[in-house]
Amino acid sequence: MTIIEAFHEHLIGKIGREKFDRLRTIRVGIAGAGGLGSNCAAHLVRVGFRSLKLVDFDVVEAGNLDRQFYFADQVGMRKVEALRQNLLRIASDLELEIEDRKIEKDSVGALFSDCAVVAECLDRPEDKSLLVSELLMLKKFVVAVSGLGGYGSSDAIRLHPVRENFVLIGDLQSDIAFRPAISPRVSIAAAKQADVILEHVLSGD
Amino acid sequence: MKVRVNGREESLPDGNVTLQELVETRGLVPERVVVELNLEVIPREHWPTVSLQAEDSVELVSFVGGG
Repeated sequence: MTIIEAFHEHLIGKIGREKFDRLRTIRVGIAGAGGLGSNCAAHLVRVGFRSLKLVDFDVVEAGNLDRQFYFADQVGMRKVEALRQNLLRIASDLELEIEDRKIEKDSVGALFSDCAVVAECLDRPEDKSLLVSELLMLKKFVVAVSGLGGYGSSDAIRLHPVRENFVLIGDLQSDIAFRPAISPRVSIAAAKQADVILEHVLSGD
Repeated sequence: MKVRVNGREESLPDGNVTLQELVETRGLVPERVVVELNLEVIPREHWPTVSLQAEDSVELVSFVGGG
């Protein structure tokens, strides 16, 4: 048995074949490949998702290594390419589509046309609200984050089910303009995004 | 008139409170807000022309930065 086959068998042992097969058919959009997007994507791949669309326009910087799923030898690389390589090191059979571009209002529909589920992983609040508005109008299942800065009180990073296809995660207050992005709370928010997506897909809605 | 804002019942003056005014009177930054009116997302450019009616249900989701 190859390593990828053993990896799959292991997952099937945990969640069952029917649920595993369902994960393999869903394409998830990752809008932004920073602290949220890179970590959320890693969680999704680890639970068996195979098909992801990664969208970001940035490059890996040394200052990202404190919380984002990149390595020192990737500084200077395009984030989507670095993330693609890192995810493939977890599971070699992924279907990853990458787009190295900024997400604009008019491009949201085309960028995520084949994604039923999208994780909002952007930095600026103006970009978050624009993306979420567009995705909700397109009837996507949207998992967004608001409020992850600082450290401590991590139970305040909660799920807020706004409506059946929109879950907001965060403490709704801790703007990184005032409380810098620190790894544990960023990772908690990213992990919760992945868990909400997993639950949504496995519950079959 | 009574409307629901983020699940809470509130009294607003009858007639002509627009979504734009609702957002602004709460001190929110319009560019950071998603507005749903009766489960439908209303694009920002329409806020000044959409007036609230009695029994409307509004969700205001205001984002803070960090990703």
